[in-house]
Amino acid sequence: MIHAPSIHYLTILPELIFLGASFALLLAAGLNRKVLSATTGAVLTTVAGIATLVVNFFQWHDVSTHGATVTIAKAVIQDGFSVVATGVIAVGSMLSAWVMRDYLARDRHRATEFFVLALSAAAGAILMVQANDLIVVFLGLEILSLGLYVLVGFDRRRSGSNEAALKYFLLGGFASALFIYGAALLYGATGTTSLTGISYFLSANAVLRPGLLAAGAILLLVALAFKVAAAPFHMWSPDTYEGAPTPVTGFMAAIVKVGALAVLLRLFLMSLPTQTDLWHPVLYVIVIATLVVGSLVGLVQRNIKRLLAYSSINHAGFILLGLFAGGARGVQGSLYYLMTYVPVVIATFAIVTVVGGRGDTNHDLTAYRGLARRQPVLGGTLALLLLVQAGAPFTTGFFAKLSVITAAVSDGGVVVSVIAMAAAAAAGYYYLRTVLSLFAADDPFGEPVAVPVGSASVIALGASSAVIFGVWTGPLVALAHHATLLLP
Amino acid sequence: MHSSWWLNALIVWPFVAAGLIAVLRVSSVKFLAVAFAAIEAAIAVLVWCGYRGNLAVSGTGGADYVSHTWWARSLGLAHSVGVDGISLLMVVLTAIVALLALAGTTAAHHERSYSAWLLILVGASMGAFVTRDLMEFFLFFELTLIPSYFLISRWGGKDATRAALKFFIYTLFGSGFLLVGAIYLAVRHYDQTGILSFDYAALHGTVITTAASVWVMVGFLIAFGVKSPLWPLHTWSPLAYAEAPTAGSMMLSAILAKLGTYGLLRFGVLMLPGAVPHVAPYVLTLAVVGILYGSALAAVSKDLKRLVAYSSLAQVGFIMLGLFSQSATAISGSVLLMFNHGVITAAFFLLIGGLEKRRGTSLISDLRGLQGPAPVLAGIFTVVMLASIGVPGLSGFISEYLVLAGTFATHPWWSVVATTGVIFAALYLLWAYQRVFHGLAEGENAQITDATTAEKIALAPLIALIVVLGIYPQVALSRASHSVNSQAPATWVTDSTGQVK
Repeated sequence: MIHAPSIHYLTILPELIFLGASFALLLAAGLNRKVLSATTGAVLTTVAGIATLVVNFFQWHDVSTHGATVTIAKAVIQDGFSVVATGVIAVGSMLSAWVMRDYLARDRHRATEFFVLALSAAAGAILMVQANDLIVVFLGLEILSLGLYVLVGFDRRRSGSNEAALKYFLLGGFASALFIYGAALLYGATGTTSLTGISYFLSANAVLRPGLLAAGAILLLVALAFKVAAAPFHMWSPDTYEGAPTPVTGFMAAIVKVGALAVLLRLFLMSLPTQTDLWHPVLYVIVIATLVVGSLVGLVQRNIKRLLAYSSINHAGFILLGLFAGGARGVQGSLYYLMTYVPVVIATFAIVTVVGGRGDTNHDLTAYRGLARRQPVLGGTLALLLLVQAGAPFTTGFFAKLSVITAAVSDGGVVVSVIAMAAAAAAGYYYLRTVLSLFAADDPFGEPVAVPVGSASVIALGASSAVIFGVWTGPLVALAHHATLLLP
Repeated sequence: MHSSWWLNALIVWPFVAAGLIAVLRVSSVKFLAVAFAAIEAAIAVLVWCGYRGNLAVSGTGGADYVSHTWWARSLGLAHSVGVDGISLLMVVLTAIVALLALAGTTAAHHERSYSAWLLILVGASMGAFVTRDLMEFFLFFELTLIPSYFLISRWGGKDATRAALKFFIYTLFGSGFLLVGAIYLAVRHYDQTGILSFDYAALHGTVITTAASVWVMVGFLIAFGVKSPLWPLHTWSPLAYAEAPTAGSMMLSAILAKLGTYGLLRFGVLMLPGAVPHVAPYVLTLAVVGILYGSALAAVSKDLKRLVAYSSLAQVGFIMLGLFSQSATAISGSVLLMFNHGVITAAFFLLIGGLEKRRGTSLISDLRGLQGPAPVLAGIFTVVMLASIGVPGLSGFISEYLVLAGTFATHPWWSVVATTGVIFAALYLLWAYQRVFHGLAEGENAQITDATTAEKIALAPLIALIVVLGIYPQVALSRASHSVNSQAPATWVTDSTGQVK
C-alpha cells in the first residue's frame, strides 16, 4: 500500500496560485471564442502576485512562530528565505506583466499564451526556491526553463528571436543534463536526493566515494552557473538577452537569478557545508571570472541589451560573491541584493522596451543619445536606474554591493573583495558612459517615444523603490536579515 | 532640540534648496540660489560661534554637536554627526566657497539645473565633513561624484566630457579601496565586540595587527590620494580643473580636494596612527615629489587654469607632508593650510574665470599688460598670489611655516627639500603675473573692464580671510590644534619648548 505524504498546503500555496492562474488563463483562452486581450493576462498575473504576497504574509507569520516547515515527504520547505524569495518572484512577475502587456499591445501580438508561459515560469522559480530535494529542484528548473525557451523565441517574425531561443534551448538543455547527471552522482555518493538528507548523511558518515561526490557537486555547480550566466558559462546570455523580446529579457534577468541562487544556497551552504574545501576553489574562480567578464567585456558593447546582459553578468558575480562568503551575512547579502535588484532591472528593461519601438529592434546605443533632452523624465529615470546599478550612494544599489562586500571581507577574503570593487568601478565606466550619452546635445533620432501607462508605472515603481529604500534602508535590510535568521 | 540638528540642517538644507530651485519658477534663479547659499553660510557661522570644543567631553577629541542614530543596524549603518576643530574649519570653508561660487559666477546655460547641482554638491560635501561615521563619510564622498560629474561635463569647456569621465572613474576606482578598508576595520571591530559599526570612535579603538593597519592605510592612501590629489595619482586633476566651469574648479580644488586630505587625516592618520611610521617615508617622498613636480609643471604651464591646478598639486604636497610628519604641529599646520589653500585657490579660479569671461581665453600668451586697464583686478590678484607664495602677513605663510617647521623636527631632509617648493612657487607665480599683468596692453587686452561690483563683493570676503588669517591665525589655528593635539598620539605632540608632552 502506498501512503500519500501529508501536505502542508500553506507552504505550496504560491506555486498553486501561479500554476492555477496559468491553467485558468489557458482554459479561458481555449473556451473563449475571441482572443483574450493582453490586459487580461496582466491583470490575472497581478491578482496572482498580490494573492501570493498575502500568502507570504501568513507564511512569514507561520515561520516566525513555528520555525521552518518541511512537507510532502520532505521535498518542499518553507522557511524565512523561501518566503522572501517567493515574494520577490511575485513582485518581479507583476512588474514584468505590465511591460509585457504594453509590448504585446504595441507590436500587435495576439497572445494569451505569453502570460500562460510567464505564469508557469514564475511557478517553476517559486518551486526552485522552496525545493528541498534535487528532484524537486529539477522539476522547478524545467518548469521555469520550458516557459522561458518559448518566451525567448516568441517573436517568430524576427530571426534574432528564433536564434536566441535555439541557443538558449540547446545550452539550457545541456545545463539541465549536467544538473540531472550531477544529481545522480550525488545520489550515488550519499544515497539520497534530499538536500537536508545529504547534509545529514555527510555529517554522520565518512564518504566512501569522494570522487562521485566531487564530480556530482561540481556538475551541479556548473549547471546552476549556466542558469545564472556566470562566467565562463555565460556565452549564451548576451545573444539570448539581445534576441529575446525585451520584456522577457527583463523577466529572465530577474527571476532566473532568484530561483538559481536559492538552489545554490541550499545546496552548497546547507547540504554540502562539510565539503567546502571541494567547491570553494571552483566557486572562487567562477566568481572572479564572472565579475571580470561582466565588467570588462561590457565596455565594448554597442547594443543596450548586450550591455545590460554583461551588466547582469556583473551583478550575478556580486550575488555569487555573497554565496562564496557564506555564513548568515553572505546569505543576507545575496538575498538583499536580489530583493533590490529585481525591481530595478525590470524597470530598466521596461525603458529599453519602450525605446525599442515597434518591432522591438531599436536597441543600438545611438538610439539613446540625447534621450534625457528629448524626454527629460524618461531619460532622467534611465540615468537614475543605471546609476543605481552602478552602486550610487543613497540608493539600494549601493547597499546591495555593501552588504555582499561586507560578507566577503568578513568571510571570503580581502583579495576577492578588492577585485569586486575594481570590477564595480570598470562597470561604473560603461554605466556612466551610457548616462552621459543620454544627456548628449546632438540627437540623431529626434522622435520622442510613447510611454504607455502600465510601463510608466513599472518604471516609476522600480526607480522609486531604489531611491526610497536607499534612504530608508532599515526595513529591507531587516527583512533580509530576519529571513536569514529564519533558515532551518 | 538637540544641538546636532544644526549639523543635520547643514546637510539637509542644500538638498532642500536644490529641490526648491528645481521647482520654483522665479525670474532670477541666481538670486534665489545665492540667498539659499547665504542661509547655509549663516548656519555654518552659527555652528562656528556655538562650537564649544574646549568644554566637550574628553575622548571625543573636542567634538561638539555629537549625536548617533542607527540607520540599518544589521549592516552597521548609522547616522552619526559631530564637529571637532578640524571639521569645523572645513564646514566654514565649504559654506563660504559655495556662496562665492554661486555669487561670483553665472552659468552659460541651464542656470536652474546648474545652481541645483552646485547646491547638491555642497550638501554632499557638508555631509562628508560633519559625519563621524566612516560609512556615512563614504556615502557622501561618493555622492559628491554625481553632481561634480554633471557640473564638469555639462558646463565645462571643449574637452569637458573626457575630463568628467576621467575624474569620475579615477575616484570611483580609488574609493573601492576605501570601502574594502572600511569594511575590514568594521569586521575586525565586530569580531572583538559583537557590534558592527563604522563609527569613528568605535573603529579608533579597534585592535588590528600593524601589517593589517598598514594595508588599510595603503588602501585609504589610494582612495584619498586620487581625490587630493597626491602625486602620482593626480593625472585626472589638471584636465578636470582646466575644463570645469569656474564654479566647478572652485569646488573641486577648494572643497573636494579637501575631502581627500581631510579623510586621510581623520580616518587614516588619526584613526590608524600605528601605520603612519611605516608608510611615512614613502608618503613624504611622494609629497615632496608632488611639490617639485607641481611647481615645475606650473612654471611651464601655458594656461592660467592649468597653472593653478599644478600649483594646487604642490600645495597638496605640503598638506600631505604635514599629515604624515608625525608632528602635531605640522598636522595643525596642514589643517590650516587646507583652509587657506581652499580660500586662495577659490579666489584664483574666480579671478581667472573673470579674465576668461572678458577675453575668452585663459592662455598666458594671449594676455598682456592687464594692469593698465584693470588695476583693481591686478591688485586683488597680487594679494592672492602673495598669499599663495607664502609671504608673511598673509594666510599662506603661517600654515606653510608650521608644516615645514613641524616636519623639520621629525623628518628634516624631506622638510629641507620641500622648502625649495616655496621658492619655486614665488618663481612660477611671479613670472606668470609678469607675463599677464605687466607690459603694454594692446588690442583686446587694452579693452578689458576692471573688476565689477559683483566681483568685488565676491572677492572681498576671500581677501579679508587671507589678510585676517595672515595676521591673526590663532582664531582658526587654536580650534584645529586643540583637536589635533587631543586626538594624535602623545608622542607626536610637543609643547612650546619643543619637548614631547
